[in-house]
Amino acid sequence: MNRDRPAWRLARVVLRRLLQAVPIVLGVLVVNFLILRLAPGDIADVLAGESGVATPGYVAELRTRFGLDRPVWVQLFAYVSNAALLDLGWSFRHARPVAELIAARLVPTLILMAASTTLAVGLGIVLGVLAARRVNRPIDAVISTLALLCYATPLFWIGLMMIVLFAVQLGWLPSGGFETLGTGATGLGRILDIARHALMPAVALALFYLALYTRLTRASMLETLTQDYVRTARAKGLPERLVVFKHALANAVLPTVTMTGVQINSLLGGAVLVETVFAWPGIGRLAYEAVFTRDHNLLLGILFLSSVLVILVNLLVDLLYAVLDPRIEAA
Amino acid sequence: MKALAGFARRYARNRAAVLGLVLVAIVAAMALAAPILYPESPWEMVGRPLLRPFQNPEFPLGTDALGRDVAAGILHGASVSLTIGIVATVVSVVLGTLVGAVGGWYGGWIDDALGRLTDVFQTMPFFVFALALVAILSPSVGTIIFAIGIVTWPPVARLVRGEFLALKSRDFVQACLGIGMSDARIIATQLLPNCAAPIIVTASIKVATAILTESSLAFLGLGDPNVMSWGTMIGQARDLLRTAWYLTAIPGVVILLTVMALNLVGEGLNDALNPRLKPR
Repeated sequence: MNRDRPAWRLARVVLRRLLQAVPIVLGVLVVNFLILRLAPGDIADVLAGESGVATPGYVAELRTRFGLDRPVWVQLFAYVSNAALLDLGWSFRHARPVAELIAARLVPTLILMAASTTLAVGLGIVLGVLAARRVNRPIDAVISTLALLCYATPLFWIGLMMIVLFAVQLGWLPSGGFETLGTGATGLGRILDIARHALMPAVALALFYLALYTRLTRASMLETLTQDYVRTARAKGLPERLVVFKHALANAVLPTVTMTGVQINSLLGGAVLVETVFAWPGIGRLAYEAVFTRDHNLLLGILFLSSVLVILVNLLVDLLYAVLDPRIEAA
Repeated sequence: MKALAGFARRYARNRAAVLGLVLVAIVAAMALAAPILYPESPWEMVGRPLLRPFQNPEFPLGTDALGRDVAAGILHGASVSLTIGIVATVVSVVLGTLVGAVGGWYGGWIDDALGRLTDVFQTMPFFVFALALVAILSPSVGTIIFAIGIVTWPPVARLVRGEFLALKSRDFVQACLGIGMSDARIIATQLLPNCAAPIIVTASIKVATAILTESSLAFLGLGDPNVMSWGTMIGQARDLLRTAWYLTAIPGVVILLTVMALNLVGEGLNDALNPRLKPR
């Protein structure tokens, strides 16, 4: 069998990456456990305080029931081995398992992140190329200034301002939520309704990354346009469009792919803010609710699963990279 | 002195960076002027509620739903934002430099272990991580600084480690080893000064990110309940978005300008400290 076939190469990349991920996942779990231990008072204190009639005996009983009376390392081991089986503990507020709560909110967040990333990468590359082709001309100045502004804009604030303009003043778009309730729409009608609700949150979340990818593409286009192979392509009389898109952009786009993997981490943080602003029923809003109900198990479950999501997306990016650039055996 | 003049000239060549510096100076002046111009607490109810901006010269930026002066909040918020931004950055840079320097200098298993630790912290979504820390430790200026510092050090560690690996084998370092200088002394007097430039550039950008993070936390209700922050002002004005959107708009513009100014200063420092790079 030929072990240099592309499929083999990809399989090796996946396997190596998964093995490298194991200690990181364990590390995340240990950090999570330590944060829980940092909290002043444990869940037994909280529940006992709320019941109002807690005797020391009752608190001790609660501690035994939750295993809080065992040695720390036993608790850590139980925590890690449970999490390995995706048992992230119990949400005492919702009276449901944490993993179940998160699973119910996963899809809206993934929709939001996919829409934002597509918008930011797609438009970012277009604007970056445009600016690089007309470097130091008015259009470059306009694009670069806009990028500079978007790069510094608090995304929760731009979300609120968009609500003021497009929902309150103009009445074009709904101010929040996932879909219009009670219409009973199905199929295409429902998809369009969800898309209308997703538009503002997706744009608000995308703006920062749009600025980032625009600047990145502009810089790497300026770099590649000076390369010898671009000069060669021009010298042999290829049309300018072909030179820019086929020769220069194909190479300039690689740093953008890498950056997409890096940015997934902060995209999840942005999701918390955007989902809170637009009442979008995803993981981010769940995190916000968990903060307010002091549901520490749920909050740390979200932190753990979003870390796992970061690892998975980076694995995908590595695969994409290996496909795009055959020279690289992703390390 | 001559070096300093050269530095200033290279910095000033970037017009946008000069604008950034001016804006940062204005924000700093606002922070310093706050206790003089508005000696009372910005939480104090001082006027008629929901006064629009530019209506009453006594309250140039208007008042909020409880009759608190928006201008007082903006000025006091400046000192909160700058304090948290700067101190959190110091925490982050010190932690990152420590981890990166030890890993890069000693190598071997220490470097491996610190590398894994950096990976773990870099994998955890940093805003969600900070949110969990502040929520669980309960919000205060101290816990917010701690949380932002703890979640933002990994890029500094990677940067310093890389610089140390590159510098370690250079002749002047080998010479220091040869004359029997201690590790700590070589790190402090030879290596760190040589990677100061990229650390300074990173730090200036980090202050911007820290201010943005603090305002985001405060917007979600995780600000220190005892101090006025720009994010807190937006969070409290959110319910009045339909009727009094200026209460949301004003602090937001101030955050935007401050963050943009610090980013511009970072770019200017980068140009001035890396003169060999070709001008963009």
